Amino acid sequence: MILPFFVIIPLLAAFLIALISGDREDWAAILSILSVIILLVLSVYGFFALSETTSIYEMGGWQVGHWKLPVTILLVQDALSAFVLMVVSIIALAALIFAVQYIRHKNPTWKFYALFMLMVTGMNGVIITGDIFNLYVFMEIALFAAYALVAFGGQAEEYEAAFKYAVMGSISSTLILVGIGVLYSATSTLTIARIAELLPGLSPSLTYWVGGIFIAGFGLKAATMPFHAWLPDAHSSAPAPISAMLSGVLIKALGIYVLIRLFFNMFADYPVFKTIFLILGSISILIGSFLALGQWDFKRLLAYSSISQVGYILLGLGLGTYWGVLGAAFHLFNHALFKALLFLNAGSVEVALGTRNLKEMGKLNRIMPVTSATSMVASLSISGIPPFNGFFSKLIIIIAAVQAGLPFYALVAVVGSLLTLAYFMKVQRYGFYGEKIHDQVDTPIGYGMKTAMLLLAVLCIVTSLMVIPGVLEKTLDPIANVILNRAEYIHSVLGR
Amino acid sequence: MTVYILCFAVLLIGIYGVLVKRDLIKIILALGIMGYATNLMIILFAYRKGGHYPILEKGREVTAMVDPLPQALILTSIVIELGITAMLVALAIRLYQKYQTFDITKIRRLSG
Repeated sequence: MILPFFVIIPLLAAFLIALISGDREDWAAILSILSVIILLVLSVYGFFALSETTSIYEMGGWQVGHWKLPVTILLVQDALSAFVLMVVSIIALAALIFAVQYIRHKNPTWKFYALFMLMVTGMNGVIITGDIFNLYVFMEIALFAAYALVAFGGQAEEYEAAFKYAVMGSISSTLILVGIGVLYSATSTLTIARIAELLPGLSPSLTYWVGGIFIAGFGLKAATMPFHAWLPDAHSSAPAPISAMLSGVLIKALGIYVLIRLFFNMFADYPVFKTIFLILGSISILIGSFLALGQWDFKRLLAYSSISQVGYILLGLGLGTYWGVLGAAFHLFNHALFKALLFLNAGSVEVALGTRNLKEMGKLNRIMPVTSATSMVASLSISGIPPFNGFFSKLIIIIAAVQAGLPFYALVAVVGSLLTLAYFMKVQRYGFYGEKIHDQVDTPIGYGMKTAMLLLAVLCIVTSLMVIPGVLEKTLDPIANVILNRAEYIHSVLGR
Repeated sequence: MTVYILCFAVLLIGIYGVLVKRDLIKIILALGIMGYATNLMIILFAYRKGGHYPILEKGREVTAMVDPLPQALILTSIVIELGITAMLVALAIRLYQKYQTFDITKIRRLSG
């Protein structure tokens, strides 16, 4: 059974890093990259080999003599969780390869790697757990590491952003704990599948109250529009590889993934939640894009763009049809890839020239060819230009909106896409193809950083193959089926 | 019912403190109050009137018991809150070193 290793390996790596690393951080880097590679292999294997089935592991279900614990904590891996695990591992690997050289320009220490692995532990735990309180605990582990990593640089702005993030994160965690308490008192169980089985027999008002609390709580983690205030500060202040992790996967593993799991697999099919998703998604798309348009700080622009792109995922989920959900899952993967790549680009510009201001960047395509080329790939991808992956996921969501008879939301998605194109043209125009300001870079960027950016850029093109008929049935189709088939989830987890 | 209303009142006091207070330390304390209210609520869910402690002993009949699981949950959540509070206090100390104040209206270098 490979399921517990998704938690054990990064947790063990975090502790070993703290134990064996002395003054130098080399061993910490090697150990963390090694463990993330193992996680990547395990998750890719899990996604391609086991995605048709649901694997269950019972924590505490070990046979001791003739005695077996009657109550266990479930770990569940189906197509959806295998998919999100794979996304986390890919982005974590790219961010770590980038971080090895990036962090040498900042303040090199093993603490960075230990906190990084702790964050991966928390995210993997949230993704594979089948128990709602366990989900809360792993979420807090990931958030705790994220607060520390946002403050890692040690500047005044970074402490300010981390404090803001920690206060808002704690409020939402408290709300989530209230929701979990209410669910437990109503159903006397914490297993998600068992709660899903019992909820239809209970009063609908319970679902409405708890659903509202969870939308507020996990919506804040996912940074949907009314709950977004912490994101631009936290994501732009963090070190670049951590921004890539936060924007690329943390808001999805802790926010979107949990919303999918709870609102599609746990709560019964209430149309009001879908409507809320649609409205939150469209507000996020439009206002996030408009706010991004006005930014001159490269990382801040990317952070606002994250809000708007998460809106697309929520919009696809809110449609609730097969193609809407499939497009949402695909956009989740694509956004992780190109947003992580863009944050790594911003980080390498920051290392090379010491600036994040687009006006001070100038014509960089001559002096930083790799950064410039990969940022072009990512910008075209996120703006939805064919043949890059962002085009296909946005197209699927827009077509699904038209098919579902909601042309207004399709229009919102199209307008959002045009605005995205506008602000990434601004990035390219001022940042990489504008007037020449710098003759040469102050600090040349290393091979590791270039490798990480090239890896993600290649993936941005390769993943658009996932929509080809034949590949689609192998990759995205099982995910959409898991999301939409609530009875099957209950059946496969509880085995009855 | 009264205890639940009182418990909710404690939660509201916490939310009021987080939203209205301008001092970093008072915000951290208000977050603590919110956490206590949540923990209290979950403990109240587990309470049975006239229930015993949930331990089986020789010579004691099994009667109405208090639900032990929420108590385990609360212990976990208290530990988590301890960690988060320590984190927040550490950040507040660093912020004080940088800005020489705990007033959040004066700590705003980030904007928009």
